[in-house]
Amino acid sequence: MTARAKPRLGVFKFSSCDGCQLSLLDCELELLAVTDAVEIAYFLEATRKDMKGPFDVVLVEGSITTPHEAELIRQIRKSTKALITIGACATSGGIQALRNFKDVNGFLEIVYARPDYIETLETSTPIAEHVQVDFELRGCPINKYQLLEVLNALLNGRKPNIPNFAECVECKQKGTVCVMVAKGMPCLGPVTQAGCGNLCPSVHRGCFGCFGPMETPNTDALAKRLLTELGQDKASVMRSFRNFNANAPAFREESLKHE
Amino acid sequence: MSNRVIKVDALARVEGEGSLYVRVKDNEIKEVRFGIFEPPRFFEAFLRGRHFMEVPDITARICGICPIAYQMGSIQAMENALGIVVSEPVRALRRLIYCGEWIESHALHVYMLHAPDFLGLPDAIQLAKSNRELVQKALRLKKIGNDILEAIGGGRAIHPVNMRVGGFYRIPKKSEIKPLIEELEWAIEASHDTIRLVGGFNFPDIEQHYNFVALRHESEYAIHEGRVVSNRGLDTDLPHFLDHFDEEHVKHSNALHGFQKPGKQPYHTGPLARYAINYDRLHPEAKSSAKEAGLGPVVRNPFQSIVVRAVEILQVCLDGLAIAKNYVEPDRAFIEPEIKASVGHGCTEAPRGICYHRYEIDDQGLVKTARIMPPTAQNQKIIESDLFNVVSANLALSDEDLKWRCEQAIRNYDPCISCATHFLKLTVDRE
Repeated sequence: MTARAKPRLGVFKFSSCDGCQLSLLDCELELLAVTDAVEIAYFLEATRKDMKGPFDVVLVEGSITTPHEAELIRQIRKSTKALITIGACATSGGIQALRNFKDVNGFLEIVYARPDYIETLETSTPIAEHVQVDFELRGCPINKYQLLEVLNALLNGRKPNIPNFAECVECKQKGTVCVMVAKGMPCLGPVTQAGCGNLCPSVHRGCFGCFGPMETPNTDALAKRLLTELGQDKASVMRSFRNFNANAPAFREESLKHE
Repeated sequence: MSNRVIKVDALARVEGEGSLYVRVKDNEIKEVRFGIFEPPRFFEAFLRGRHFMEVPDITARICGICPIAYQMGSIQAMENALGIVVSEPVRALRRLIYCGEWIESHALHVYMLHAPDFLGLPDAIQLAKSNRELVQKALRLKKIGNDILEAIGGGRAIHPVNMRVGGFYRIPKKSEIKPLIEELEWAIEASHDTIRLVGGFNFPDIEQHYNFVALRHESEYAIHEGRVVSNRGLDTDLPHFLDHFDEEHVKHSNALHGFQKPGKQPYHTGPLARYAINYDRLHPEAKSSAKEAGLGPVVRNPFQSIVVRAVEILQVCLDGLAIAKNYVEPDRAFIEPEIKASVGHGCTEAPRGICYHRYEIDDQGLVKTARIMPPTAQNQKIIESDLFNVVSANLALSDEDLKWRCEQAIRNYDPCISCATHFLKLTVDRE
């Protein structure tokens, strides 16, 4: 295959921690295979080579929090065949979407001496609220094996095999004892999409929702159980749903019930 | 030619989004700005009202490259507030996981982000085309850092899930730590090779008399504990940190600029500072390897930070190996915190420098105020000062070469811009 025929990959970052694009560099054993298969045409964290589109695939990390970002994502969408969002910030708004529940001007004053120097939007929103997204990969951070699966599927013209069932299924698959049933620990597993690799229950703590809501989650039933059998107060239940996916509709609506 | 503007709108091979603007008139530098346009994310604001147990998982999200720095800083601050002192084996495990973060972050920076500058290449992917074996070795070294993070951190290197206020959620079994021994033995050899490789690069001839600030520990090369010490006589405990250091808000940056009081003195934190202040705490093998690479006890050339980073990789591999070999499983995973209204401080050496945390919590365990000073925010003033000197010494270079040299001068600091925003774009303006 000639260099010309390689698909062109761009990696772009918006408001985020860099962790999800780092996941690509963290594919240590697979990274050179990836760079053999695609031409990395834009990846600021890794290269000063600044090549313009068009791209075949663009990976987007981060959420939209400034007017400049809102404009930039539209330009990127025009320059790529496929756009994949990676991580909780890009797919739901991220931890910085906690501002959506408060007055951002109050936040500005807490952090900055001169709020007038700062340009920011009142909300942190996912990429899909601004442009059409072809696939959303969840996680805070994403699971690098899922990222490789999505890239592989795309390069081979098939649908990515990414499950959207609950984290509970990963506990059953791995044989992890239910921390909520056996130890009475609060756990978001029943309403959270699987994919992390069953991390928290494996270290004897409840899931805190890094992968966001599963398909049709019953958050209401979980919240009731947290409030009754597990004896949590409303504020705790509200905070449980207000983490890295606080702005995902199912989690947002549930948390608002407990304000 | 007498009026020049050099601009880099989006700096590459740094973590996060930054820029550089230099304006030169009649060969005199009029303005140097290291700007950070990474959008603000308001961590200190939304931490208010969160339960202290939730804080480490939130602060981790400040940075995907150094989450341990943000988890451990906040955990130790909460423990300081609540009067918790962890057992020696828990402390050793914390040091080991931090060694993992240093290996991962330093190997990433040395090979993937910084070395291409010295080799005249745009990135490590081009390097892999000419020397695939070298890049594979670098990636294996980086992976060993991540393997440590995964073994102790609960299966994930970015935003690990196993550290908590009071200790760990689950104690790693001896059988999970043991495989790290063989890997670290390989990594020690690879680190020696790294020091020889980067020690042989050509460095621009620039020396700066820095005000170095680093943690210092009574017996260790300080990583996760110590007093804050400078090479100009400062020696303070953490509760008095803010008596000596503060931040200001400047117009061209979304990151606050740190300074030392009195006045607004710039200071330098990170590998060069740690090395100068803790040279006597280096492992003898790391010290002799540094000597062989031509380093004295103090390194003042910021471009040589890549060599010091390589020496630090060796240091933490040696440290990590000793901990892994002597590992005994702690009797208890954690001490259960007893809530009381109080204030706590934490400070650790993130791979790029000291990272300070202060939290005030109420009698329900909820955060009243939070203050976090990331290393890159603290280094902004000194980066601008370095840039000024680099530009004055290199005015004869073409705009394109000068621009690259300036970018390199910023990458000397391995800036972590997501962290500093509350925290880069290069413009050289030659009028």
